[in-house]
Amino acid sequence: MKQLLKGNEAVAEAAIAAGCRCFFGYPITPQNEIPEYMSWRMKEVGGHFVQAESEVSAINMVYGAGGAGARAMTSSSSPGVSLKQEGISYIAGAEVPCVIVNMMRAGPGLGGIQPSQSDYFQATKGGGHGDYRMLVYAPSSVQEAADLTYKAFFRADYYRNPVMILGDGMLGQMMEPAQIPEAVDVNSLPKKSWAAKGNNGGKQRVINSIFMNPDTLEAHNAHLTEKYEEMKKLDTMFEHYRTDDAEVVLVAYGIVARICKAAVDMLRESGIKAGLFRPITLFPFPYGEIAKLSDGAAKTFVSVELSCGQLIEDVKLGLFDSKNRPEVGIFARVGGNVMKPEDVAEYIKSGRITQSWIK
Amino acid sequence: MDKIVFTKPKLLNDTPMHYCPGCTHGIVHRLIAEALEELGDTDHVIGIAPVGCAVFAYNYFTCDMFQAAHGRAPSVATGVKRANPDSTVFVYQGDGDLASIGMAEIVHAATRGENMTVIFINNGIYGMTGGQMAPTTLPGQKTTTSQGGRNPLEHGNPIKICEMLSTLTGPAYIARTSVHDVKAVRNTREAIKKGFRMQREKKGFSLIEILSTCPTNFHMSPVAALEYVKTVGCEAYPLGVYKDVENGF
Ligand SMILES: Cc1ncc(C[n+]2csc(CCOP(=O)(O)OP(=O)(O)O)c2C)c(N)n1
Ligand code: SF4
Repeated sequence: MKQLLKGNEAVAEAAIAAGCRCFFGYPITPQNEIPEYMSWRMKEVGGHFVQAESEVSAINMVYGAGGAGARAMTSSSSPGVSLKQEGISYIAGAEVPCVIVNMMRAGPGLGGIQPSQSDYFQATKGGGHGDYRMLVYAPSSVQEAADLTYKAFFRADYYRNPVMILGDGMLGQMMEPAQIPEAVDVNSLPKKSWAAKGNNGGKQRVINSIFMNPDTLEAHNAHLTEKYEEMKKLDTMFEHYRTDDAEVVLVAYGIVARICKAAVDMLRESGIKAGLFRPITLFPFPYGEIAKLSDGAAKTFVSVELSCGQLIEDVKLGLFDSKNRPEVGIFARVGGNVMKPEDVAEYIKSGRITQSWIK
Repeated sequence: MDKIVFTKPKLLNDTPMHYCPGCTHGIVHRLIAEALEELGDTDHVIGIAPVGCAVFAYNYFTCDMFQAAHGRAPSVATGVKRANPDSTVFVYQGDGDLASIGMAEIVHAATRGENMTVIFINNGIYGMTGGQMAPTTLPGQKTTTSQGGRNPLEHGNPIKICEMLSTLTGPAYIARTSVHDVKAVRNTREAIKKGFRMQREKKGFSLIEILSTCPTNFHMSPVAALEYVKTVGCEAYPLGVYKDVENGF
């Protein structure tokens, strides 16, 4: 049954449906509906909600609960996610599954509370110290926010790795009809023999990320890298919209991709063969698909983003081996501003495709 | 008839400890294991190791363990405990870990009354990183970052954790003990045991601050370091029970 849900609420309820029974958060706009929802909903399902004293503490509670075998989640927005980076690095190093939601707002610093995609690098290239990656999902509708949050818990367990839901203030706040995936029976989820939950005198389980011997740590790094390689094979997700014969390909994710769909339709109406390529996973990034498009009709790629030139770097990486040397440009609004479909269409029509977002 | 009068607790293994000669970390590890064993509470124990000299504590205990980021052990323990409310959780932290970088985490775990037992090793110095000033370093005490001795006007004053945390309503039991001699060690074992018993009875947060030595960075012999804790340490940090809900305070 579809319900009218706010993006933030859909994320929260989908997490419950996926068996999340431990949620730890700290207030920050524009994701407050998630901890608020969890504060009463966890009681109904026999789970735990703690309003932590900081994001630093919340992510470490996730480390504890996830390491002890529970499906655990935290949510925040940009400044708070910066504070979580130390914990995320430990979680990745210790291979603890969990889900982290970032409803991005504009920065740097305290920035503003309006939508943004300016944490793209932080989410996809590591963020915290050390070499690690997270699976990063970028939903572009309330329904997809629910579906990907649900899926995130399963993939986190599969890889024993943190998974991030990278949304923005607009996705978190907007209301749309959405169906929450069917709730799992928490007791029937696969047992985690590696989890530290008391060993009854049996084999000791240690959740840690310290490896003082360089060879041991190198082997651990290699093991982690193998997981990230497997993610590239199994988990890369994307959507094509009218790209078959497209000469101009807009590349956008999340809420911006919806704006771009409308822009594509407008451009098509005025005779320009435009299409949209939408990465759904930002790590792994679907580089191969971009390469394929450049082998076909695409002559121009435009990264449409709410950041000052972050997504475009991955678009360029996707075109690294391209023989056709397509033109690459960017159209961005930042600071909490969001472009309109007309703005994007106008930019393409102008023919003045640039690599700097500043006009 | 032969009678066994002394055995190693099951919760400890045979790995030789990496602690310096005369360091009291090892004594406290043993007391934790003994206390849990005496309570018959060894099946569902989960320990949280800090960043500090005890970072490798999981090498010596046989129970399940976590290694936490610097200062974050009380938050990790909160997550563990919420995921497994019937487990017995101990948090092991040094004074840099707990009273400096982890001050927010310990205060809030205490004020929430998280049902866990914190073993707080106060040796007045940063051991692992080579003897820098800790939040608990005493006025006049020489460290590598207070080379002329800690000067309150320049470096601020030491923090008294038991006194501070006992102002909160949340904690159930807060005590300061020491391990400078046999009697002190026995008292410490009893205090730890009480903390664990109260945890099992779901009475809430307990913290046992244990005055400890770091002979290496005190630049003292093990015996002199114990004497220093007995005299100077115990004077600056009075031993005693600071909060005990079972006794109405
Ligand atoms: C975020 C972070 N900052 C600093 C360090 C370096 N560091 C490791 S141990 C330590 C001090 C530990 O001192 P204490 O808690 O008193 O424990 P002891 O070694 O004396 O037992 C520091 C600062 C670190 N590992 N992580
Ligand atoms: S440096 Fe100090 S605290 Fe660390 S093991 Fe040596 S004596 Fe113990």
